Amino acid sequence: MLRVIGKRLALLVPTLLGLSILLFLWVRSLPGGPATALLGDRATPEAVERINELYGFNRPLIEQYFIYMGKLLQGDFGTSLLTGRPVLEEFATRFPATLELTIVALIFAIGIGIPLGYLAAKHYGRWPDHGSVVLSLIGITIPVFFLAFILKWLFAIKIPIFPTDGRQNARINATHVTDFYVLDGLLTREWDASWDAFMHLILPGIALGTIPLAIIVRITRASVLEVQNADYVRTAKAKGLLERTIRNRFILRNAMLPVTTTIGLQLGLLISGAVLTETVFAFSGIGRFLRDAIFNLDYPVLQGFIIFIAILYSLINLIVDISYSIIDPRVRVQ
Amino acid sequence: MSTTLPPASGGNDSASKDPALPDSGGTSLWKDAFYRLRRNPQAIAGAIIVVAFLLVAALAPVLAPYGGEDLPGRTHITPTHIPGPGEVPGFVLGLDRFGGDLLSKLIWGAQSSLLIGVVSTALGLAGGMLLGVLAGGFGGWVDNVIMRLVDILLSVPNLLLAVSIAAALGQGAYAIMIAIGVSQVPIFARLLRSSMISQRGADYILAAQTLGLSRGTITMSHLLPNSVGPVIVQATLTLATAVIDAAALSFLGLGGGRPQTAEWGRMLTYAQDELGIAPQLAFLPGLCIAITALGFTLLGESLREALDPKSRQK
Repeated sequence: MLRVIGKRLALLVPTLLGLSILLFLWVRSLPGGPATALLGDRATPEAVERINELYGFNRPLIEQYFIYMGKLLQGDFGTSLLTGRPVLEEFATRFPATLELTIVALIFAIGIGIPLGYLAAKHYGRWPDHGSVVLSLIGITIPVFFLAFILKWLFAIKIPIFPTDGRQNARINATHVTDFYVLDGLLTREWDASWDAFMHLILPGIALGTIPLAIIVRITRASVLEVQNADYVRTAKAKGLLERTIRNRFILRNAMLPVTTTIGLQLGLLISGAVLTETVFAFSGIGRFLRDAIFNLDYPVLQGFIIFIAILYSLINLIVDISYSIIDPRVRVQ
Repeated sequence: MSTTLPPASGGNDSASKDPALPDSGGTSLWKDAFYRLRRNPQAIAGAIIVVAFLLVAALAPVLAPYGGEDLPGRTHITPTHIPGPGEVPGFVLGLDRFGGDLLSKLIWGAQSSLLIGVVSTALGLAGGMLLGVLAGGFGGWVDNVIMRLVDILLSVPNLLLAVSIAAALGQGAYAIMIAIGVSQVPIFARLLRSSMISQRGADYILAAQTLGLSRGTITMSHLLPNSVGPVIVQATLTLATAVIDAAALSFLGLGGGRPQTAEWGRMLTYAQDELGIAPQLAFLPGLCIAITALGFTLLGESLREALDPKSRQK
């Protein structure tokens, strides 16, 4: 198992190397070159030259690439043009917010998606099936930011159950230990702070979780449909096992493999979704930071984030592969 | 597209050209698929939406009461009030915050969505098919290099990839088209390659090889036409994603041009601050994006079902 993991991690190297080359070339291709991106359109030629000298943009491309790569390997992702702070530091302070949001989104997606998909398959061709198929179709085609608007208007403006934006009410003077606001409140026993932070997560969480939810419903339905007529399920029924036992141990467990893969593959969607959702709800996590970076062409941030995501993506895929052998002992990681 | 349609799957292509020979009963895959599409309510619903969208987009100059960037109702706008549907005569759906006619902007928005969706998907399709044919046709190191590149691009979330490309190209509709198109290339390339590889061992390829046809001929006129089905299905589904992604990019502010430009995504950007007093400014463009995407998705999924050999036998 360890050797397999090592091999998979080694395979990551060429991908990341290629990605770093592409990203390096991307920065050079920005309109006006990196110096103009740094200084803005109205920079004087002298200033551009000074920056080129300072950052080494006038050296040969190959040399520049090796300098860039050397810094990356030492964990230096550069400095944000917007805030002037190291990119990694910026990510670290915002990551907890987005992680909290993502966890709520995934709990929503998985918690509703798997039961709904199972019900649809169990009542194949009848109304629960049609209903969930239509729901998942709507879930896939509705733009995240539009859904965010609907939720915000309906449940924060028309019927004000939830807060409209932000991570926590400014009037609550909460102490922050970990930057996970919900957790912070629990740790410091400031229950109302924790509750308030949690309420701020609900609407963005639903908006972010809807596309994954729709996909999980579909995959679960298809997968359960395939499994529930398998010989071993018929045998289990013939043996007179409890419905619950058949469902949990025979159908769901065998149907979960494709579902696990799908959940692992949602990362890209979640990141894109977070950029849009956090923008609508003025939720200060990674997504909103990226939105500002996009808008201001803060290329060190974008560059660093893309590498970070590529690593995360590969690691998640690896974890998904390993979790196969836990869900289904017949599958051995290869 | 019609030039790349595969020949009859039963190999009765020449037979059907000869009037003396009776049709042997095997219908072409695409004819059969079309027949089943026509009986599928889901496909019909999708087709109706898509046709309506195409008509509105094409006839925008005739249908829209005002131009896309016109601000005919400027005098009716106050900081605290934006007239809603039917409040001011002459503006059926009301006005937006700039004083533009909402109905006109929605209609012109359809045109811009269609243009961006079709051009970007065509770009992605062309690039992806080129890479896919090279990888699937040549194999070996060409395949390896192309697929590594595709892997790298696939490790970046789609929207982020599109955003980075758009950032490098500068703001504007063209940047959005190219950005979305390029971000679709990896999916098409991978799909076509795997589809071609699965066809490689087929009998008709063996037959063509036995006849001594060149590798290029086999790839282009035998392998490619028979592998293109899944790619066409994906292209239909991708049109839906392209419309949504285009809206997302212009929502994020990468559309360039003037603020009052008629784009569904951009209309949502400016509706944000007015959500409390004029929710229709967000809901109507959002609904347009969702319905258009729904149309292409319904059509694409029924096409996939219709082309699926497993469901063909019925």
